[in-house]
Amino acid sequence: MKICYFARVREALGLDHELLQPPPQVDRVDRLMAHLIAARGPLWAEVLDPERILVAVNQQIAAFDTPIGADDEVAFFPPMTGG
Amino acid sequence: MFEVRVQQHDFSLEAEVNQLRQQAPGAGAVVAFVGLVRELGEARQIEQLVLEHYPQMTENSLRQIVEEARQRWPLLAARVVHRVGALTPAEQIVLVTTATVHRHDAFAAAEFIMDFLKTSAPFWKKEQGVSGAHWIDARDSDQRARERWQR
Repeated sequence: MKICYFARVREALGLDHELLQPPPQVDRVDRLMAHLIAARGPLWAEVLDPERILVAVNQQIAAFDTPIGADDEVAFFPPMTGG
Repeated sequence: MFEVRVQQHDFSLEAEVNQLRQQAPGAGAVVAFVGLVRELGEARQIEQLVLEHYPQMTENSLRQIVEEARQRWPLLAARVVHRVGALTPAEQIVLVTTATVHRHDAFAAAEFIMDFLKTSAPFWKKEQGVSGAHWIDARDSDQRARERWQR
């Protein structure tokens, strides 16, 4: 699974993307977030706050209960500010 | 006819509109909106605005917005050009231009595309000024601007 981070999220985590093989029970976006937070600690809990971030699965905006699998690309980022 | 582009370099309003006109025979109206880098951020002088995006997602997301506009208005042609990278005050950031038979459709479609682009295309702005750098927060007013199009 490829995970991408953008803008404020990328800077706060010091990471723009990573390749990860999460355990099979990590089959939804919210479970991936819980998995990352459990493994990596409070900074991740603060940054991956569902009130403050958006998620895309395979380059489409997605809900936190969207199913994900090993071949998917998941991206976390703040609300957009283009234009 | 329907084109979206993301690029670092500047664009020429005249060249873009001329190309759009050639793609839209029968058009009676062309509307072009250009967004610029403001000189003042949140009460601070901006020296540079850095635009980040999600490359694999950006153009698809812009195409979806244009497609949605086509379903609402009889567009003959439309074009969105959005810049990324480091920009300085007064530079052009974004162009949305639409061509239709009648002007109301061209105005409305251009405004619709901009309102959706602001909140649903994966771009993020970071201001750099004398007192440091910070990411721009999403505005509630932009969200409301988008919501008023919901039918």
